[in-house]
Amino acid sequence: MPEARESAGRERREKLKRFLTDWQAVTGLLLVVLFFASAIFAPWIAPYDPNAMDIPARMSGPTWAHIAGTDQLGRDTFSRILHGGRVALYIAAIGVSASLAIGLVLGMIAGYGPRWLDNLLLLAFDAVRSFPAVILALATVALTGPSLTVVLAIVILTTIPSYGRVARTATLALRHTEFILAERSLGASTNRILFQHVMPNVIGPLLILAAMEVPVVVSIEAGLSFLGIGVLPPQASWGTILNEGYLVIRDAPWMVIAGGIPLILTTLGFTFLGEALRDIFDPRMGRGR
Amino acid sequence: MTIYLFKRFGLAAVVVMAVLLLLFSMLHMIPGNPAILALGTRATPEAIAEYSARMHLDEPVLKQFVYFLGSAVQGDLGEDVFSNRPVTAIIAERMGFSLALICTGMGWAVLLGVPLGCLAAVRPGSWLDRVTGIFSVGTIAVPSFLVSIWALLLFSIQLRWLPAIGAGEPGNFADQLSHLVLPAFAIGLGWVGYLARMVRASMLEVMGEPYIRSASAFGLKPRRIVLGYALRVAILPTITLIGMGFGGLISSAVFAEIIFARPGVGKMIFDAVSDRNFPIVQGGVLVATGFYILVVLLSDLLIAWLDPRVRSSL
Repeated sequence: MPEARESAGRERREKLKRFLTDWQAVTGLLLVVLFFASAIFAPWIAPYDPNAMDIPARMSGPTWAHIAGTDQLGRDTFSRILHGGRVALYIAAIGVSASLAIGLVLGMIAGYGPRWLDNLLLLAFDAVRSFPAVILALATVALTGPSLTVVLAIVILTTIPSYGRVARTATLALRHTEFILAERSLGASTNRILFQHVMPNVIGPLLILAAMEVPVVVSIEAGLSFLGIGVLPPQASWGTILNEGYLVIRDAPWMVIAGGIPLILTTLGFTFLGEALRDIFDPRMGRGR
Repeated sequence: MTIYLFKRFGLAAVVVMAVLLLLFSMLHMIPGNPAILALGTRATPEAIAEYSARMHLDEPVLKQFVYFLGSAVQGDLGEDVFSNRPVTAIIAERMGFSLALICTGMGWAVLLGVPLGCLAAVRPGSWLDRVTGIFSVGTIAVPSFLVSIWALLLFSIQLRWLPAIGAGEPGNFADQLSHLVLPAFAIGLGWVGYLARMVRASMLEVMGEPYIRSASAFGLKPRRIVLGYALRVAILPTITLIGMGFGGLISSAVFAEIIFARPGVGKMIFDAVSDRNFPIVQGGVLVATGFYILVVLLSDLLIAWLDPRVRSSL
């Protein structure tokens, strides 16, 4: 036993070393930390109140006082970007964890349950995925009107199938392994088998997938808010900043430039981190998706 | 092959039915009278009664769904609330702009991305491979609507190389083409890197297979091996990827149409949402999703035709 523990420890150190020597992994981790830190500490870092208007300084280009310029109402773009990160973090945290949880449960049921249920769930996944996200959002907003809740619902609904499919495939592979059969022959309930034995083996790839899905979720929020069907003004979000900037793109181009940069950095960070984690923990999935 | 075709078409039909059911129930899930929703709150009681009778709103919901299905199958998607023109005719006018955009966007991405991926795989570690790798990561990270906004800012507002809005004069091909360049560039850019990466990965895998080694042992020219043997197999996952990614491409096209004010189906749906013009929204959503389902179906059939192993698996 001690030998086994030692080799497990060595393996863990080996993985950590691989992670720390991979420039993509380290860059990704730094960008992700930057995303979390700037969103959480936005009220303390931001030089101005994101909604404070300063009409005399309106439409000012980048200066030392306003490093990313100001908008039509003289609000500081940099402060609005920092506060917009909070919306992105909120959507990413709730959206990703909710769809991961639902996708995990549905995927395990599909993989472990009877054949007809599997087919039904696969069909549901396919039907949901056959709505391009923006089209689904437009159709929903036509009925409900724009709100952050709609954005969240769209994000959760459209990303469930990817988790569900991965969880289903992993569960199918486990279904006939000896330890699951042993549990069943001992009379363990389906609940116990799924949550005590299948879940710990399925959750790993799903967490890596979740890291890769964060940029997707953040882009959906920014895109919908850009169209004016997500976060509503005056609340600052990266999408509303781009929307307001798009309207004055000829006179104040710094707004659409500054509003896009955090979106790119966040996407890069989570993509790098997700890929590095996948390469280290699940080499079979390979680098090119 | 026949059994595969049968199953695959059956699956597509069921998905289309599910989409129809979803669209139908969406309009019925919202509280309030659908006639008022469709006609607006200022509609007269007579108009509401007439609309309810024409749309069978006073009959059981199940029967209404059957009517809805029947007319949708016949290509009747209702009428525009404002102009009273058939929705199908309006969509037909707009469809061309969207199809031209989607095909051009995907077209240039395939023409550039696939060869880049092949070249990178043939010489892994070369400067071309590294540049392709950095380019892929860089472009995948930028959401396509941001590419549209930045392309608009750089190429039409700052440099004034290309027109910013609209789809060009009807009948003037050169003008229409110049209006197509920027939106097509914007929706295709992310795909160039994505395809290059995908083709590179599957090419590297295929190039290690024994049959490729025997081909080169027989003295076949490398170009022949890459194009005739390896690419034929390596392209399969890429085709699936293109089919699956079409939903994303449609989404990007919607953004590009709105940003460049191009009068396609996406812009039509967007405007109809602001106007609360429900028949147009419903028809547009149905056509967009139907198109997507068709593309996925075609890509699956193409793969089944190219790769006999797939046929037996469904």
